[in-house]
Amino acid sequence: MKTRSERPSLAKRFPSELLWNLTLRELRGKFKRSTLGWGWSIINPVVFLLIYSFVFSIVLRAVPPVGDPSGLHNYAFWLVCGLLPWTFLSNSVIGSAASLTANQDLVKKVYFPRSVLPTSAVLSWLVSFLIELGVLAVALLIVGNMVLPWLPLVLVITALLTAFVLGLALLISPLQAYFRDMEHLTTILLQVWFWATPIVWPVTLLEGTDRTFTVLGYNIIPAIPNLIRFNPVFQFVEAYRDVLYDLRVPSLGRWLGMLISATISILIGGLVFRRLEPRLAEEL
Amino acid sequence: MSRPAVVVDDVAKKFKLFHERHDSLKSTILSGRRARYEEFWALDGVSFEVREGSTIGLIGENGSGKSTLLKCMARILLPDRGRITISGKVSALLELGAGFHPDLSGRENVYLNASILGMSKKEVDLRFDDIVSFAGLERFIDTPVKNYSSGMYVRLGFSVAINVEPEVLLVDEILAVGDEEFQERSAEKFAELKRSGCTIVVVSHSLDQMRSICEEVVLLEHGKLVAIGKSGEIVDKYLGHVRDDRRAREAEERARYRALVPTDEPAEIPLVSCFELLDDEGHPTSTARSNDPLTVRVTYDARRIGEPVRVALSIYRTDGAHVVSLNTGYGIAMGEAGEDGSVTVDYRIPSLPLQTGVYEWSLALHDTDMLHIFERAERLRFDVTPGDFHDQRGLVDLGGEFVTRGSVS
Ligand SMILES: Nc1ncnc2c1ncn2[C@@H]1O[C@H](COP(=O)(O)OP(=O)(O)OP(=O)(O)O)[C@@H](O)[C@H]1O
Ligand SMILES: [Mg+2]
Repeated sequence: MKTRSERPSLAKRFPSELLWNLTLRELRGKFKRSTLGWGWSIINPVVFLLIYSFVFSIVLRAVPPVGDPSGLHNYAFWLVCGLLPWTFLSNSVIGSAASLTANQDLVKKVYFPRSVLPTSAVLSWLVSFLIELGVLAVALLIVGNMVLPWLPLVLVITALLTAFVLGLALLISPLQAYFRDMEHLTTILLQVWFWATPIVWPVTLLEGTDRTFTVLGYNIIPAIPNLIRFNPVFQFVEAYRDVLYDLRVPSLGRWLGMLISATISILIGGLVFRRLEPRLAEEL
Repeated sequence: MSRPAVVVDDVAKKFKLFHERHDSLKSTILSGRRARYEEFWALDGVSFEVREGSTIGLIGENGSGKSTLLKCMARILLPDRGRITISGKVSALLELGAGFHPDLSGRENVYLNASILGMSKKEVDLRFDDIVSFAGLERFIDTPVKNYSSGMYVRLGFSVAINVEPEVLLVDEILAVGDEEFQERSAEKFAELKRSGCTIVVVSHSLDQMRSICEEVVLLEHGKLVAIGKSGEIVDKYLGHVRDDRRAREAEERARYRALVPTDEPAEIPLVSCFELLDDEGHPTSTARSNDPLTVRVTYDARRIGEPVRVALSIYRTDGAHVVSLNTGYGIAMGEAGEDGSVTVDYRIPSLPLQTGVYEWSLALHDTDMLHIFERAERLRFDVTPGDFHDQRGLVDLGGEFVTRGSVS
């Protein structure tokens, strides 16, 4: 095919208006037909929060870390600071993975940069995420955590996380169009990833314990706190906890970790998407 | 000569024909590769150019690759070989519907669709009323499109596609869906777009329409371009191919039938022993030229019927259009029967007033009061080929002529 320059209308400028329209459509679709509408975006995490708080802090007696320097010591808040970014990630990945198949009518009938579909799915979940963060910030203020000065950092971290999530979305959505049952694999991998990340359980649970879990005759428990640092989601989750729960600036290492994982994710996702994009219409 | 707006250069597109549908990871992993398939070229080395501002049609039988070519032009499919160059803003309306979202209202879909086609909200605001009124859907614009009829769906899609002021418009098989009135308005809109310099590529099975809106037509056969040229000529050529194919098929069927039915055990003898067309020289034929003489000959067994018979004939075009029905007007008396008890009736047409196309004769034998049918013969297909007077289209040839003279002052 000829170069893009010869078809000026669409290819020249990024269709930001289209992206916005599709995002709105996602949001409307999400909330239109439910009586509670936007309420769901709050009720969902609240129920989640109640269940996990009950199981972990009452049944399992997990002790959350004390906020340093904030002094906050509350499992529910500690949990929700990590849970919100995770739900944003997992909803976005699942939503964007389905976005191409769900819009196959569009993909097969009209030409437009297909990346706007997974991107709009991510953006629509970003909107929910921001609302949830707002609610969390208010709740934190009520219990005396002065988060207001930290909100700009929250936004910076959110921008990095969004880039990371977008990369995942661009990677997984075309794969799911090529292989329909990727869906199940995605769900399973997300489950594993969720529990492999200290979201509901504090890492401190593993530090200085005499617990053992032997793999090939080697106790892996002491290695976990070190290994876990290579889990990109861990860095993001901890960064949110740094600025919202502890009220401190994330360490340089953490910033670097987030920056690198966001960059790698976007690069890989972008490359894969670009490679698979031309044949999407016939594979769907 | 104006420059080409569309250049299709040696375009080929292959599809995979899966023997078993494997689109799952499991089957991929289990079979160690992505399922067994055969490659199949839906387009094979197609090249042509479309002049700026002209209208070109793509015709060919089902599966010949017309939609595939259009999708390649619209950049929805990527050709495996060759390239397509289009200069200008492209708007495409492909087979049924423009990719609407069923849950959203017509209004929301118009905005969404237009933004997919590259229009800003402001531009849509300006044209919104035009779009809706062209589609004629003012009352339904706020209902979800899933409740639209298929015609309404297409009207709205078409209306959006033509109102984005495309420089190149690609249309696939949509004109046939709208009702009569909508088709008329679309034709007008086409003319208007053409006047404004829009290049149009259209796919349709309605050959009469192709004759009238296209200057040029491309004939595709199994993914290959077999002919390109003036619309009338190519359509006639295509009809010729179709006719030959049909003849071959019919001959084959007859042969098969004969092989099935043992000859010494005749099936029930029909009342009509002959129903055929005769040309000028009295030879049986199945084609007739416009404006040539034609005779329909019917022979039936009057003795077995045993009462007077009214012979009724009709002509239908194969698309169902009713051309004419007529009958003898009286019952043909028994006394007309020859020695073997049969009667032969000829209906002579001095100059066949039909235009090019495929038609069918139907025959029925009635009683005098037309209350009862004794027999209905199998329809008789025949082709009308162009006569001398080329510049006309439609169903009938009025046989008139133009006379010019200076105005009387
Ligand atoms: N996505 C696809 N995957 C596999 N085969 C396809 C695909 N799309 C089209 N084909 C095949 O390509 C061939 C050409 O199809 P196409 O839709 O272009 O035909 P067409 O000329 O538009 O026919 P029609 O007159 O029925 O609309 C057909 O044999 C069809 O089965
Ligand atoms: Mg088609």
